[in-house]
Amino acid sequence: MPEKTMLPADFSDAPISLWRRGLNFLVSAAAIGAVVVVLMPLGAVFGYLIYKGIGSINWAFLTQIPKPPGEAGGGMANAIAGSVYILLIASSMGVPLGIGAGIYLSEYGRGTRFGNLIRFTADVLNGVPSIIVGIVAYGLVVLTQGHFSALAGGVALAIMMVPTITRTTEEMLLLVPQAVREAAYGLGVSRWRTTLSITLRTATSGVITGVMLAFARVAGETAPLLFTAFGNQYWNWKLEQPTAALSLQIFTYAISPFDEWHRQAWAGALILIVLIVTSVGAVRLVANRGMLKGAN
Amino acid sequence: MGVPRLTGPQPVPEQAVAVHTATHSQALIHAGDSRRADAAFFYAMLACGCSVLALVGLIVYELITKSSLSWHAFGWKFFFRSDWDPVNDQFGALPFVYGTIVSSILALLIAVPLAVGVAVYITEMAPRWLRGSLAFTTELLAAIPSVIYGLWAIFVLVPLLRQYLQPWLAKYLGWTGLFEGPPYGIGMLAAGIILAVMVVPIVSSITREVMTAVPQQQREAVLALGATRWEMIRTGVLRNARAGIMGGVILGLGRALGETMAVTMVIGNRPEIAKSLFAPGYTMASVIANEFSEATGDLYLSALVEVGLALFLVTIIVNIVAQLLVWTVTRGTPARSHA
Repeated sequence: MPEKTMLPADFSDAPISLWRRGLNFLVSAAAIGAVVVVLMPLGAVFGYLIYKGIGSINWAFLTQIPKPPGEAGGGMANAIAGSVYILLIASSMGVPLGIGAGIYLSEYGRGTRFGNLIRFTADVLNGVPSIIVGIVAYGLVVLTQGHFSALAGGVALAIMMVPTITRTTEEMLLLVPQAVREAAYGLGVSRWRTTLSITLRTATSGVITGVMLAFARVAGETAPLLFTAFGNQYWNWKLEQPTAALSLQIFTYAISPFDEWHRQAWAGALILIVLIVTSVGAVRLVANRGMLKGAN
Repeated sequence: MGVPRLTGPQPVPEQAVAVHTATHSQALIHAGDSRRADAAFFYAMLACGCSVLALVGLIVYELITKSSLSWHAFGWKFFFRSDWDPVNDQFGALPFVYGTIVSSILALLIAVPLAVGVAVYITEMAPRWLRGSLAFTTELLAAIPSVIYGLWAIFVLVPLLRQYLQPWLAKYLGWTGLFEGPPYGIGMLAAGIILAVMVVPIVSSITREVMTAVPQQQREAVLALGATRWEMIRTGVLRNARAGIMGGVILGLGRALGETMAVTMVIGNRPEIAKSLFAPGYTMASVIANEFSEATGDLYLSALVEVGLALFLVTIIVNIVAQLLVWTVTRGTPARSHA
């Protein structure tokens, strides 16, 4: 092909070797295979939860407290309520702290060395294993009070919520254009008022996303509650008493030798996952409506 | 930053108030108090920021003071002794260290190829309409609580392992010594597999993030040289993103090391060091989970806290290294490629 030598750049007719094409095909197949393998446990977990859980959820399960081992019937009403109770305690401490730290990072600590230190520390805190947080809450609250309590469980979960909320709040506030703040200052609005009623208000849906993510993350936590909230077979609404939690109850029932309890563990797990998926779904809904409503 | 600094209470001319709207005049009238209020607000937010520092300081303080008894009793030998005997107050953490390392490495061996495969498929191969939902679905794996994975593993995964996978492994790979002994189902292998499922979403979401950070021109340049898609991904994308992918893998390791509930439920909880992956084991996190609330005796409790301190330090170091690696890719400075 003498005329081809005139066009050295044109390789469009050059055949790609069988080996290269084969390898390309194999890798594509492997990638698709990986997706299938990863989706399998997801399908299996949700499938089993629904299959095993739905049959065991009934009115008694939702309204009664556990029966003694071996006896049929009973439910997890106290554990469901206990989980909500502990999460409320945790949120009441963790949410304001986290949002406050986020405000500090974005409004005052931007680019400063101290701000970077706090940001870095928040990331470190985010990576602390949950069981370690449990030990610390045990030392802080349980040892001081003298017994396991709902408060200790709440403190443990609050510690885990803070870094997530801090970082998302900061990111969301940074998205608010500087001009919005300046417009407020220009009207003579004080700085704190601007931060709360203009900046934070503008980023509300983003901040709520962060709070819900933190909530979903700690809602299913078990390890930090093992020796803080401890669990309880009865109702408890006292701050300083051991309290049942859904995740603890699932753990206890799952490793027990009773079929009746295994059945209830599945039902409890289904309720827990519904709680979490609803909050994550709500996050997606809020997030899709736009991080910054009214920024423009 | 162009923040107006008001010097003090300023008299507002009456005429000015009259022409302003209500909100404007209100803001101006209150402007005098704003300095004190601003300072108060600043200190409140600073306190919130400092609380993050305080929390980490508190964790370190609690762990160090509560473990000092065991530290003084055993010193460094604590981590190299394999006897765990609460009755005679003899404590050595080697079986837990071993179990933690082996189960985590096993998890990474299974999870990393899968996670990178998923990330490659989502960012480079999947049709555009599929990408978002596929990414969301894999991330959903991370939203399932550990205790539910444990429940599923006990009643679904372990029976499957016992009946199918373990006999098969013993038959064909038994000669390696890694797959020997009675197939209980429960044991190191089950822990590694369930950890792998939990680590995949982390590794794959970081890998996707760093792969997306590789500039599009890289891909186009390699494709223009006549590369197949796989060659483009290998030389144009993976090579540039590899520091970040390594960061994702190490972040996954951090998660696997500290993971508690699912592992506790399937690993068998026996403080032994066995070569076979079929044998039951124990991890640092699960020994704390199982024994902390019923630990009698100060030395026993202190030994458990020391296990916790070691776990804390290792995960912190692992996480910091991972963060640094991810930053090298996503912070606009792609790692140099050695072609």
